[in-house]
Amino acid sequence: MTLLFHRYFREILLALIVTGLVLAVGARAPVFLSIESLNGVLTDTAILAMMALAQMVVILTRGIDLSVAANLALSGMVVALLSEQAPDLPIFATILVATAVGGLLGFANGALVAFVGIPPIVVTLGTLAIYRGLVFVVSGGRWISSDKMAPAFLAFPHKTLLGLSTLVWIAALVAVAMALFLGRTRVGRGLYAVGGNPVAARYCGIDLGLQELLVFTLSGAVSGLCGYLWVARFGIAYTEIALGYELSVIAACVIGGVSIGGGIGTVTGTLLGALFLGVVVNALPVINVSPFWQMAISGAVILAAVVINARAEKRGGKLILPEARRAAAGGLS
Amino acid sequence: MTELARYRVLDRAPRQWRDRLLRWETILLMVLAAVIVFNTVQSPYFLDVYNLSDTTQNFSEKAIVALGMALLIMVRDIDLSVAAIVALTSLAIGFAAKAGGSPPSLFATGLLVGIVCGAFNGFLVTVFGLPSIVVTIGTLSLYRGIAQVVLGDQAMTAYPSSYTEMAQNFITEQPPLYFAFAMFILLACVFAVVLHFTAWGRVLYAIGNNPVAARFSGIRVNRVRFILFVLTGALSGLAGALLTARIGSTRPNIALGWELEIVTMVVLGGISIAGGAGTIPGVVISVFVLGLTTFGLTLLNVPGIVINVILGVLLIAAIAVPIVIGRAVRAPGPL
Amino acid sequence: MLATAIASPAERDIGDIAPLLSLTGVSKRFPGVRALHQASLTLRAGEVMALVGENGAGKSTIVKILTGLYQPDEGEILIEGRPFSFASPRDAWAAGVTAIHQETVMFDELSVAENVFMGHMPVVGARLVAWGDMRARTRELLLRLECDIDPDTPLKTLGVAQKHLVEIARALSHNARIVIMDEPTAALSAREIDDLFRIVAQLKAEGRAILFISHKFEEIFRVADRWTCLRDGEQVGQGRIAEVTPAELVRLMVGRSIDQVFPKRPVPIGDLALEVEDLSNSTEFADISFTLRRGEILGLYGLVGAGRSEVMQCLFGLTRPTRGTVRVGGKPVTFPSPAAAIEAGIAYVPEDRQVQGGVLQLGVRENTTLASLTRHVRSGVLSRGSELADTRRLGTRLAIKAAHWDQRLQELSGGNQQKVVIAKWLATDPKILILDEPTKGIDVGSKAAVHEFMVELAGEGLAVVLISSELPEVMSMSDRILVMHEGRIVRAFEREGMDAAAIVTAATGGS
Repeated sequence: MTLLFHRYFREILLALIVTGLVLAVGARAPVFLSIESLNGVLTDTAILAMMALAQMVVILTRGIDLSVAANLALSGMVVALLSEQAPDLPIFATILVATAVGGLLGFANGALVAFVGIPPIVVTLGTLAIYRGLVFVVSGGRWISSDKMAPAFLAFPHKTLLGLSTLVWIAALVAVAMALFLGRTRVGRGLYAVGGNPVAARYCGIDLGLQELLVFTLSGAVSGLCGYLWVARFGIAYTEIALGYELSVIAACVIGGVSIGGGIGTVTGTLLGALFLGVVVNALPVINVSPFWQMAISGAVILAAVVINARAEKRGGKLILPEARRAAAGGLS
Repeated sequence: MTELARYRVLDRAPRQWRDRLLRWETILLMVLAAVIVFNTVQSPYFLDVYNLSDTTQNFSEKAIVALGMALLIMVRDIDLSVAAIVALTSLAIGFAAKAGGSPPSLFATGLLVGIVCGAFNGFLVTVFGLPSIVVTIGTLSLYRGIAQVVLGDQAMTAYPSSYTEMAQNFITEQPPLYFAFAMFILLACVFAVVLHFTAWGRVLYAIGNNPVAARFSGIRVNRVRFILFVLTGALSGLAGALLTARIGSTRPNIALGWELEIVTMVVLGGISIAGGAGTIPGVVISVFVLGLTTFGLTLLNVPGIVINVILGVLLIAAIAVPIVIGRAVRAPGPL
Repeated sequence: MLATAIASPAERDIGDIAPLLSLTGVSKRFPGVRALHQASLTLRAGEVMALVGENGAGKSTIVKILTGLYQPDEGEILIEGRPFSFASPRDAWAAGVTAIHQETVMFDELSVAENVFMGHMPVVGARLVAWGDMRARTRELLLRLECDIDPDTPLKTLGVAQKHLVEIARALSHNARIVIMDEPTAALSAREIDDLFRIVAQLKAEGRAILFISHKFEEIFRVADRWTCLRDGEQVGQGRIAEVTPAELVRLMVGRSIDQVFPKRPVPIGDLALEVEDLSNSTEFADISFTLRRGEILGLYGLVGAGRSEVMQCLFGLTRPTRGTVRVGGKPVTFPSPAAAIEAGIAYVPEDRQVQGGVLQLGVRENTTLASLTRHVRSGVLSRGSELADTRRLGTRLAIKAAHWDQRLQELSGGNQQKVVIAKWLATDPKILILDEPTKGIDVGSKAAVHEFMVELAGEGLAVVLISSELPEVMSMSDRILVMHEGRIVRAFEREGMDAAAIVTAATGGS
């Protein structure tokens, strides 16, 4: 039991903090604890949660994807234009197109990293500008508003099943798929290996290039999917949507305990990290704090999370003295 | 040892023109020449001295920050909060101006705020041992967030003309130079001397290539990193003071997106993201390449956001091309 | 003793057995370096082949070729007569080759079972990892090694020797026919080495071929059946262990006869340079007390992981102690950083030459002056002339072989790299010089040079600490030996009382 506690310490702490936060806000404004309000928080957080899970996979392998928001915008714009031109397109085709476009954009990132060997931060800095600019090029600078989008296109994210929005269900699906992938497949476990010790992973026969290709394509595909969901949910598509969103995504990962050095991170943690940010964003208007505080609070929380996580990750000196080893082993049994 | 008689060690490597030619800086110069030629052909307004000088206003402030960022990236760190520091600086200067400060005191305020912000970054990175990319993503939100909280959606526009004129007018007529550009050139010279000719510069290259060996050699690695963060903060503060003077107002979204342009300037300039490589002249040439490309495209009425696309492609191509060529030419080395 | 467990070659006629694996005419070049040239090697089933040679002779290149990390420029790899080419480590596994490396190449954050099976995890159904199966098989493998670690234990909580056992388990998990062991005993105690050799015997009996790489002759002569010797990338000899002597092997390795033992000439021992009392740290070492005099060479012996480097690194200011006092030249000092230690006249030549010792991408001159940059500053800028003068002086004294003083450290041989690192520290005019495994992995010629040099320095009045895991070296060079075990000094030996068996027993925790 104590071993379980130590292993999942970070997630338990985070869950407690999130619950505490919700209760604290609820104490100030009981309306926050209502079913509609909590449902609203979940719905709001769904997209962030999915994007954070995708980003986590990239960060696990010591990479980073700064182009996710631009990818989201471009994919969203593409399907919005599609809906404008072909309003009878069935929803699942739209979703497929969005995911495919996103995946392609992600694949381009992956190819530059894996085949050319350019560091991920440089590649995604470049594609961040390129993809964002392409939104403008593709749309001619126009705004696609809800009256130009097909009704079915717009309705999907607003449908509910068992009281929860489709957004939440899709996010849940993505989370489960991700957990299965990372926890129970060879490729998934291999990601942790590559992040932890790339040299050793190579010795084990893991193809680093293929992995990089995979994680960036995955990240792109999820961004693409979220592109459709975002555009449909808010009923608007224009060049600047989700501008700067990549920072929130990375923040969610960091708060959730994903280590920027690679090899450490869990699905639960990342979900909780996204939830934390979602609660904060939604709580502010309820307790009459101006939305202008959002960024500052976000920043403070990220810093706090990083400091706390670093403390937890700290590998102290080597355990040479027998008394030191006994102490460490004792703490884990 | 008898072996001594069998060989002699030369003092320095035999010079080869091929090495000179294949240097990043040379390639950049050729790119710069190409950009100038292309744009001169496309538009008669390109080579106009006054137009060119006006263009320097668009990149000088960023270029000043790029000098600091170059050193940071060289030691394997990064500061993504620079644009937010500029915003916060501008805010502080706005308040100082309201309180009736003189231009020197406004500049001093800017520098001070920049130094404090940079010191906070440096503290978190060195004392807690946190990765700088994540810390500065946090402080970027924090600093800009503070600016947003204080300003809301208002703007501050009450700046004394003595302050704004300094940035908006030429400081010399022949050639027509602006203050910010002159500052950039001056600072670039200082940085070049420090990086390439002093012990300090050698220390930076050592840390960037092997921070462990540097530490084992008695170099106070964390102290150096802290100083670089403070320096970058100060430069951001200076840039903030110059920017505020130039546009004469402060808004919470001032300098939005600058961090990415600055990193592009640095990386295009040949400073390797892995650390330990690159030169200041390279960064200077890259500043001109990016600045003149942007100017030329603007003259051709290309919208700003499309210019960004081209710059993104330029960044990736600039890093990719040498790698691809190198692979075709050389065999891979030992693991 | 266990020697009887391994069948002596005379009892079996192995000349007729067809080779299981053979390398013929294999060459490998890198820019500026000829790592292998027309080398050949033959492994037979049920046999242990020892691969000997200095570092840089090509042993690790052969291992990397056999494990699929490098591809040879020319030559053939034949397994049971059929040609193979390994484009990646996967191909090597598939062909039945596995290796246990010198540096443990493992994943601290993952469990023991995942470390053993990474890259070839058992699967259930389509793609899902069969955790239960994986755990069971891991437990089985560990039991064979007489190790009862829980397969779910995170690797980072294990000690060095245990991690090594996990690595061996990983090699065994491949069920390979050809097992390569590259310096496998570095971190093991005597008992664990016996266990390892028992496993080697087991593998031999199962008909596998073992390639055993070690520079410890006592082990080679204990476990190997045959030997192959490399020098400068070429194969210079091979044969049966029973038919060769260590001296002959050394001669082949070096190309000339050389005395392996370099006795320290008596030198006047001066006053106290360093006094350490009760130096302790919460996890790495405790109650460290010793003195050091000028002109003395103090040997610090122990197993890998005993805490010797940690003590010296603390003395040098890289880490802080929790308790204890240090006096240099009679005055108590504390070193908050290496810079302070250097100022007090202490120099530390670290164990890991390439990561801790030198900056590979910088040149010889830049490396040499790195710890003494302030001496070369003239009106604010570095004087290249001054740097060159110092570099020339030290480089000549240490006989550093380079094309020019700006040649990148990366391009020099291991021995020359080590000389540059030593030069860097001599440039600081130290009073106390700490050398951490200074001759590890360098050619015998450079080794001799370093030893002579140490004696010279002691003669000039320096106080020297020598950390070494090589018994002959530490016994012949030191005036006194301190033995450490699990973070404490367990015994001290004066020159007269030095006895190899007693030293080794103390180092492994016996009495």
